[in-house]
Amino acid sequence: MTDLVIIGGGPAGMSAAVAAYESGIRDILILERDDSLGGILKQCIHNGFGLHKFGEELTGPEYAWKYEQRVHELGIEYKLNTMVLSVSPDKVITATNTEDGIFTVEAKAIILAMGCRERSKGALNIAGSRPAGIFSAGTAQKFVNMEGYMPGKEVVILGSGDIGLIMARRMTLEGAKVKAVCELMPYSGGLARNIEQCLNDFDIPLRLSHTVVQIHGKERLEGVTIAKVDERRQPIAETREFIPCDTLLLSVGLIPENELSLGAGIDLDPVTNGPVVDQDRQTCIEGIYSCGNVLHVHDLVDYVSEEAEIAGKSAAEYISGMSGEKTNITLKTDGKIRYTVPSKITSKKDVKVYFRVADVYRNVKINVLSGGEVIFSKKKPKVAPGEMETVMLKKDMLENVSELSFELEVM
Amino acid sequence: MYDCVVIGAGVVGAMTARELSKYNLKICIVDKENDVAMGATKANSAIVHAGFDAKEGSLKARLNVQGSKMMEQVAADLGVKYINNGSLVIGFNDEDKKTIAELYERGKNNGVENLEIVDKKRLHEIEPNVSGNAVCALYAPTGSIICPYELTIAAVGNAMDNGAELKLNFPVEKIDVIDGGYEVVSGREKVEARMVINAAGLYSDKIAAMVGDESFTVHPRRGEYILLDKDAGTLVNRTIFRTPSKMGKGILVSPTVDGNLLTGPTSEDMDCYEKGNKDTTAGGFGKIIKEAMENVDGVQFRKTITSFCGLRAVGSTGDFIITSPKQGFVNAAGIESPGLSASPAIAQYIAEMLKEQGYEFEENKDFNPKRAPMHHFREASIEEKNEIIKKDKSFGRIICRCETVTEGEILQAIRTNPKPTDLDGVKRRTRAQMGRCQGGFCMPYIVNLLAKEMNVPVEAVTKCGGKSVVNFSKTKEVGAND
Ligand SMILES: Cc1cc2nc3c(=O)[nH]c(=O)nc-3n(C[C@H](O)[C@H](O)[C@H](O)COP(=O)(O)OP(=O)(O)OC[C@H]3O[C@@H](n4cnc5c(N)ncnc54)[C@H](O)[C@@H]3O)c2cc1C
Repeated sequence: MTDLVIIGGGPAGMSAAVAAYESGIRDILILERDDSLGGILKQCIHNGFGLHKFGEELTGPEYAWKYEQRVHELGIEYKLNTMVLSVSPDKVITATNTEDGIFTVEAKAIILAMGCRERSKGALNIAGSRPAGIFSAGTAQKFVNMEGYMPGKEVVILGSGDIGLIMARRMTLEGAKVKAVCELMPYSGGLARNIEQCLNDFDIPLRLSHTVVQIHGKERLEGVTIAKVDERRQPIAETREFIPCDTLLLSVGLIPENELSLGAGIDLDPVTNGPVVDQDRQTCIEGIYSCGNVLHVHDLVDYVSEEAEIAGKSAAEYISGMSGEKTNITLKTDGKIRYTVPSKITSKKDVKVYFRVADVYRNVKINVLSGGEVIFSKKKPKVAPGEMETVMLKKDMLENVSELSFELEVM
Repeated sequence: MYDCVVIGAGVVGAMTARELSKYNLKICIVDKENDVAMGATKANSAIVHAGFDAKEGSLKARLNVQGSKMMEQVAADLGVKYINNGSLVIGFNDEDKKTIAELYERGKNNGVENLEIVDKKRLHEIEPNVSGNAVCALYAPTGSIICPYELTIAAVGNAMDNGAELKLNFPVEKIDVIDGGYEVVSGREKVEARMVINAAGLYSDKIAAMVGDESFTVHPRRGEYILLDKDAGTLVNRTIFRTPSKMGKGILVSPTVDGNLLTGPTSEDMDCYEKGNKDTTAGGFGKIIKEAMENVDGVQFRKTITSFCGLRAVGSTGDFIITSPKQGFVNAAGIESPGLSASPAIAQYIAEMLKEQGYEFEENKDFNPKRAPMHHFREASIEEKNEIIKKDKSFGRIICRCETVTEGEILQAIRTNPKPTDLDGVKRRTRAQMGRCQGGFCMPYIVNLLAKEMNVPVEAVTKCGGKSVVNFSKTKEVGAND
């Protein structure tokens, strides 16, 4: 029996491990399928990581290295090249690697930190042929940054998620020509600073309300037809335009990888595609926690670490048999706010609530209501789907509350 | 000189080559593509039809019923997954009812066993997710599903294990009659053989014309599909067809042997010069989605993994064209649906034709009908897997996460006849890159494995042969050679 098994050795898994250690747990095992710790950060060689957490601008690998060093210093055990195949509701983990073969570990507590994957082309049903040269942006990033190969010369990018924006710059710096970034929505899903630094600085056109409607080319991609979309996001035929290119990169969304969670019988939130969790990031199964991009997609790794620390500390408390004062509060949203994490509060303590909005809104008030009464409110000049928002709920605000409603008031 | 050249490594050419390898014949299979099973065989409904569709007395009807009875054994020998899941033709109105009664009669006349007409109540008992608007169905318990390219890869592999040779990237351009046989020419290469089998699918009219047979033509008919993720795969157990009408055969909803849900095909006639056009269309997607949802409740198209298009090789006679215009030359043309189902019977039929022409068919005493299953590791127990991993550690390393495919399985596939030399070939043999992320994570690893195994630079690895390279150069080299 192992006290705590953490599935995934990316920033979430490592932060959770360190936090659990610092809360007194020693018997920790991290299982990572890749050949090193660090997760997706290893291929994010651009900077912009760690501003919130460390007050300095780090690259992805640098940020990951800080945690990896801590893991080594503390002597936290981990297994690389180890793929978890299943997790059972009674916390038995089955995994495989080259040394142990297929093996099981029984855990007192589990933290799920498997990250997310990119939505693939298949899911988009783009008409046309199926040539080589269509990659998810992250796959192209791996080729360029990790393997040292160029998967394209003339590039169109569909979707303005952060990885797509970062790759627009990366491909340009490597000598490719990025002809356009098309975004279905009338606004970008990426961080404002990435639009500025990755597109504008390189004169790469961002075509909002545009999508790819046809793929051309038999063996290697020869071009794409793009078109403007109407308010219902349907392509407008007269606006069709052919762009010759040999590469199409897709940055059309990230999906938390919850196949293991589903297998364990954990309830997922249909909006986030991540587990339903409480303030401790505990899922519906006692002793199984979730944090990082497997819980909901983050834009800043700093928030991932913050969230993972909560999960690590809570798992440690659970293993040590500690428990706080119980309550049962449901968090509701109004649609303009798409979701909150956590979506329920089961213990009376200060709770930082993270959420995302559904559209770009200006001059808003974020209101938290209990029984129709505003108990917290804060103003913001602008909120956007690409940027995570937070609200800090103080413990004393949770007295005699059974439901909290998160609403966005556009002024 | 070979005894026999088989032109086309689709399911028909593959099964025929395997059938001929039961005799002491020197066989060469040629195909224009970079892998086997790249034509109609790659993209179809994957149904082993019961045999009630084709007109009584037609070659289609006879070979379908015969072939589908043989298929289970063929699949078992070749280690290919085959599931006898049964099919239902569902009807929505009185006209459908009439058609179903006709299909029932036709099926009985064709020799299809255990056909049954079921009422609404029974229909929804056996398939609760079939639309509540359906009022009756024809139930064919012998209908089955199989993976057509897996079958073809295995059949070519088995033929090769029994001595046949395979030449890929060999587009036949010319056939000359020579003393005692034929010379089959592709660019600067040529093969000579006493017998030639034309199993070139869509292009079989062109091949026939090369020996002067212009008695038929073949045109493409587009069929588009949408494939859904495995968590949508259990919606129905049986293959659900719509009753055929003036509007055509309609969209089917079926599980696949791998547990996905398949919806399609559309049906759109195309011009003869469009034989290379496998584009999917927005209109096709719309039709599939609409009709699939009419037939079965709860089809979740947001679980789409991929979409693809297959081209039916529609012959000008309406029936399979299995003829011999010249001594030693056999056409297997116009093999549209149910060609997959009929393929084992077509192979035997062709062998018989050649025997009758007086060629010597001496039994190959060493013929081994069995081929090791491609998915042996996947289906093994944990204990068995651990035994394998102990001997070969690469079976402990997962490369494709979505489909849990190990490095060992990929290496084994790369080293087994017919050897894949591109990413799609590895995909079809191992399922790696075939899951929900469509290779997003594992593709770079597989590129490296292929490069290493084939001893070529990483930039030379392709998606599907030809110019379909994945990477152009090392970084900081782009533009250098422009
Ligand atoms: C949409 C659709 C759905 C179908 N559904 C079913 C079904 O559910 N059940 C069923 O039983 N059947 C079905 N079929 C029919 C079945 O797929 C075909 O009958 C079968 O695959 C035909 O196999 P083939 O070997 O004749 O042709 P193909 O698979 O097309 O093979 C022909 C081969 O010849 C090669 N070739 C062509 N020209 C040359 C040349 N000049 N030189 C060298 N090589 C050449 C091609 O590259 C190709 O590999 C369907 C077909 C389609 C298109």
